[in-house]
Amino acid sequence: MTVLEEIQKPNLTREEMEYAVRKLGRQPGSVEWAMLEAEWSEHCSYKSSRQVLKQLPTKGPRVLVGPGYDAGVVDVGEGWVVTFHIESHNHPSAIDPYGGAATGVGGVVRDILSLGTRPIALLDPLRFGKLDSPHSRWLFENVVRGIGDYGNCIGVPTVGGEVEFDESFERNCLVDVVCVGLGKKKDLVMADADTPGDLVYLVGGSTGRDGIRGASFASRVLTEKSDTERSAVQVPDPFAKKLIIEAVLEAVNSGLVRGMKDLGGGGITCALSEMAAKGGTGMRIELDKVRKREPDMHAAEIMISESQERMALVINPKMEDRLIQTLEKYEIPYSRIGTVTNDGQLTITMGGDIVASAPSRFVAEAPLAHHSSRKPVYIDKLEKTNHPDAPKDLGRTLLRLLASSNIASKEWIYRQYDHEVGIRTLVKPGDADSAHLRLPNGKRLAITIGGNSKRCYLDPYWGSVGAVSEALCNLAATGAQPLAVVDHLQFGNPNNPEVYWTFKETVRGITDYLTAVKVACVGGKVSFYNEDAETGTAIKPSPVISAIGLVEKQTRPIREGFTEKDSDIVIVGETDPEMGGSEYYEHIHRVVGGIVPRVRLKTEKKLLAAIVRTLRSNLALSAHDCSKGGLAVTLSEMAIKSGRVGFKVDLDKLPGKAGRIDEKLFSESPSRFILETERRQTNRVIRSFRRAGILAGKLGETTDDQHLSFGDRMQTFRLDLSEASDIWGRTISEIMEVPSQ
Amino acid sequence: MPQVAVVQYPGSNCDLDALEVLQKIVRVKTDLVWHKQLTHDNYDGYILPGGFSYGDYLRAGAIAAHSPSLKIVREAAEAGKPVLGICNGFQILVEANLLPGAVLRNANLRFICKWINLRVDNNKTPFTRKMKMGQLLRVPIAHNEGRYYLEPEQIQTLEKNGQVVLRYADNKGDTTMDANPNGSLENIAGICNPDHNVMGLMPHPERASQSELSPYNNAEGRLIFDSMIETIRERNEGRR
Repeated sequence: MTVLEEIQKPNLTREEMEYAVRKLGRQPGSVEWAMLEAEWSEHCSYKSSRQVLKQLPTKGPRVLVGPGYDAGVVDVGEGWVVTFHIESHNHPSAIDPYGGAATGVGGVVRDILSLGTRPIALLDPLRFGKLDSPHSRWLFENVVRGIGDYGNCIGVPTVGGEVEFDESFERNCLVDVVCVGLGKKKDLVMADADTPGDLVYLVGGSTGRDGIRGASFASRVLTEKSDTERSAVQVPDPFAKKLIIEAVLEAVNSGLVRGMKDLGGGGITCALSEMAAKGGTGMRIELDKVRKREPDMHAAEIMISESQERMALVINPKMEDRLIQTLEKYEIPYSRIGTVTNDGQLTITMGGDIVASAPSRFVAEAPLAHHSSRKPVYIDKLEKTNHPDAPKDLGRTLLRLLASSNIASKEWIYRQYDHEVGIRTLVKPGDADSAHLRLPNGKRLAITIGGNSKRCYLDPYWGSVGAVSEALCNLAATGAQPLAVVDHLQFGNPNNPEVYWTFKETVRGITDYLTAVKVACVGGKVSFYNEDAETGTAIKPSPVISAIGLVEKQTRPIREGFTEKDSDIVIVGETDPEMGGSEYYEHIHRVVGGIVPRVRLKTEKKLLAAIVRTLRSNLALSAHDCSKGGLAVTLSEMAIKSGRVGFKVDLDKLPGKAGRIDEKLFSESPSRFILETERRQTNRVIRSFRRAGILAGKLGETTDDQHLSFGDRMQTFRLDLSEASDIWGRTISEIMEVPSQ
Repeated sequence: MPQVAVVQYPGSNCDLDALEVLQKIVRVKTDLVWHKQLTHDNYDGYILPGGFSYGDYLRAGAIAAHSPSLKIVREAAEAGKPVLGICNGFQILVEANLLPGAVLRNANLRFICKWINLRVDNNKTPFTRKMKMGQLLRVPIAHNEGRYYLEPEQIQTLEKNGQVVLRYADNKGDTTMDANPNGSLENIAGICNPDHNVMGLMPHPERASQSELSPYNNAEGRLIFDSMIETIRERNEGRR
C-alpha cells in the first residue's frame, strides 16, 4: 500500500469521522481527511487527556504563560524570562534510536525557539530495558549518541538527565528531552496569527516525505511492521537547526516577528491551524510555494510531512525585506506560503485549485475521546507482597546496589554531552541533585528531573506524588526555591481501561502534590500507546517531572560530595518501612511488590522551605536527597563524590518507623535529606528543623579513614571507599565499552 | 587600544562565549564578525572560536577553511598578528594549512567533555607569555575530533622550533597515557606555527576564564587571552 492510499483511510474513530462530516456539512476530501487525521491524532490533540489535565494547577505569581503554548514561560526578574518544555520521541527512537533521539532534541529546541527565546540547556530523562539485553544496549548506545551529536552541534549544553532500566521498556524505550530557554520578556513571541493581512513564511528545511504520518504513527501501538515504518522517522540536521536558531533570534530581537510556531507533529497542518485558531483568524496557503525536496508530492503529503528544521513565521508585510535580509545572511532557505485572513477559514490551494477548506478552529480542536477506567487487579495483590528476609552480608548487598545500573554512575553518558558550552553551567552533571546555570541578572537557575516507573506501576497515585517530590527535593538539596514544573506522562494504550486508570491516578497525584506545595505546572506532554503489540506488553506508567528553581542570593553552590572529615552527618525526614518499588526489592530480591513510599503532603512545603533556608544560610557543607537505594546509597554517593572522606553512622538514631536494618538502610522513603554540617552548627540546624515540626537528627560523622561504616546496636559492617567508588564508577562504562556484535 | 575579532562561521557555537570573556573579563574591545563580512585586516588579533562550522560536514573545519575570511586571517598571520584557534577554530587553522598536522577522531570514537590538565611546554609564545614553563592549566575539552597527528619525523622539527605549546598532563605534570583524553600524538593539545603567532588548541580556555565556572575554582584559561592581549599591546606600542 502506498502512503497516499493509506491516507485515504484515516486513522480516526467512526465517531470522529461522523463528527467531521456533521461539522463540515459534507464529506471531507482526501487532503482534509489527512489533515484531520494528523491534527486529531492523540499526539497533537490530547483528545484522551485534555479533560483530565484540566485539574493541574497552572498559575503562580511568576508564571507568565502556562500550558497550551509551545513552552511555559516563567518570570525570573529584571526583565528576563525562562521558557521551559519537555517532549519525547519514544516511538521514533524505538525503531531508529539515533535519528529518533536526535530529532527529539531538535523538536523541543524548536519549541523553546518558537517563543523567541534562546535555548540554553537540555536534560534527558531516558528509559530502557535492562542492559543485559543486546537490544537495550543498542538502543541506549545510539540514543545517547543521537542526543550528544545533536545537542553538541547546536551548542546547547546537556546539563542533566535521569536514566531508568526496567524490563518493561525493552521494546518501548522512552526518550524524553527537557529544554530551557532564556530571553527578554519584551521579546517574547506567541504562536498567534491575530492580524489579517500578515504574511506567512515557511523557513528552514524543505518538505519531503520523511515523517509522513509521524503524529499518527506515534498515536498507535508498535507492531512487528513498525520497523518498516522508518519513513515515519524524521531526518536530523543539527547544522541547519543551529543556523535557524541564530537567524530566528536575530529576527526576533529586531522586532520582525509577530507570531511563530515550529513544525513538529502534524507538520504544516498543525502549526498553521493552531496559530490561526489561537489568533481567531484564517489563512490562505499556496502549497506550490512550499519548497519540496521530492517531486510529485501530493497535497496531503505536503500538509502532514514532518520534515525537520522548519519554522512558520507570521510577519507584518512591512518587515518582509528585513526578514529576508536576515535569512539570507545565514543562508537559510525560505518561502512566503500565504497570508493571514479574517474569514476564520484555513484555505489550502495547489495548482490554482482549492484542495482543502475548513474553519481553522474546527481543524485545531479535535473532539474529545472518552475512555473508561478500571483499577487493575494486580495492584492490591502486589501491595500484599511479603517482606523478603534480610540478606546476611549487608556490605555485599550495598555493593550490589551500587553496581545496579539504576544507581551506578552515569558518567559514561554525560561525558558524551557538551555540558559547558554557553559558559553558564555552574553546577555540572554528577555534582549535585540539580544543575545550576547562571542567569544574566545574577541569579542562578536550578534544573532537575524526577521519575520512578517501578513505584508508579505498583501505585500510580503515590508513585507520581513521589516523582514530583523527588524533583522538588532535588531543587531544595541545592538551595533552590521551586519556580515551576513540566510533566511528561507516558503510558500504554488509553483504550485499555486499566491503562487509562493509571493515567488518571497519575494526574490526580501530581495535582495533589503541586497544590500542596503551591507550585504550578506550566506545560507538558502526554504520550500514550507505548505498547508493543508483538509481546502484548505496555510500559510501566512513567510520569517524568522536570522542575526549575531559582537561587536569588549569591551563596556558595552546594554539592553532594562530603567536603571534610569530622563534620556531622544530619538526616532530615523520616524513614519508614516503605519498600515497594525500591531498588533493594527489585534488584536484590527480584521482588515486584510492597507498599510504595508516601509523601507527607501536609508538611512537604514546610520541609522544602526549611531545607532551602538552611542551605542559603550556609549552614550545610554538602547536601544530598535520599533517593534510589535509600539511605545507604545516599551516604555512599556522598563519600564517593568526595573522593576521600568516609563516614560512620549509627542507624539506631534514624528517625521514623523503619525497624529492620534492611529497611533502615534501603527504604526509599521520600523527602529525606542528608546534610553535612560543621560540628558547632549541628544543634542549631537540628533545632531549626524541629521548630518547623520536621524530624531531624545527627546520624554520625565524616571520617578520614576512607571507610563507609554502618551500625546499630545489633550489628556493624563497613566497606572500603575505594571499592565502593570503583564498582559504582565503572559498571555502566564496562557494560557499554564491550564491542557489540 | 587593542581590537580583536571573533570570527563567526555558520555553525560556530562558542563564538558568544569567547566574545563574552574578551569583553567582560579580559576587557578588550572585541567584535563578533560574520565570516563573509571579514573583508579587511582591520583588527590586531583574531580568534577562531569552537563549534561545528558547516556541521563538520566533510571533515571538521574543512569547509570553513575555504571561507574567504581565511584569506584575511592568513594576511594577518603573515603580518605577525596573533591568531588563536580554539577547538573547531584549531581544526580550521589546520585545514587551512596555517598550522601543521591533522586533527582526527578521538581514539575512543566518542565525544568527550571533561576538565583536563594542560602543561605549558613553551611559555615564550604570544599566547603563553604570562605563564611559567611547566605550569598546569585546568581547562575543559569538548570534542569529537581532537586527536592531534603529525608524521613522527616532523614532530621533532616542531619540538625543536618550540611549536609544541601545550600538552595533556596528569596532576604531577607528567604526560601519561591516562592523562591523554583523546589519543593525541605525544599528548599534544596545542601547537603554533614556526613564527609562534598562530596557535591552535583543542581545549576551551574561554570556559575556564571565570573561577565560578570551574570545579577547581580557578581561572587559568584566562592566561591565554591575557597573554594574547599583552602581545597586542606591545606590538601596538612598538609601532607607535
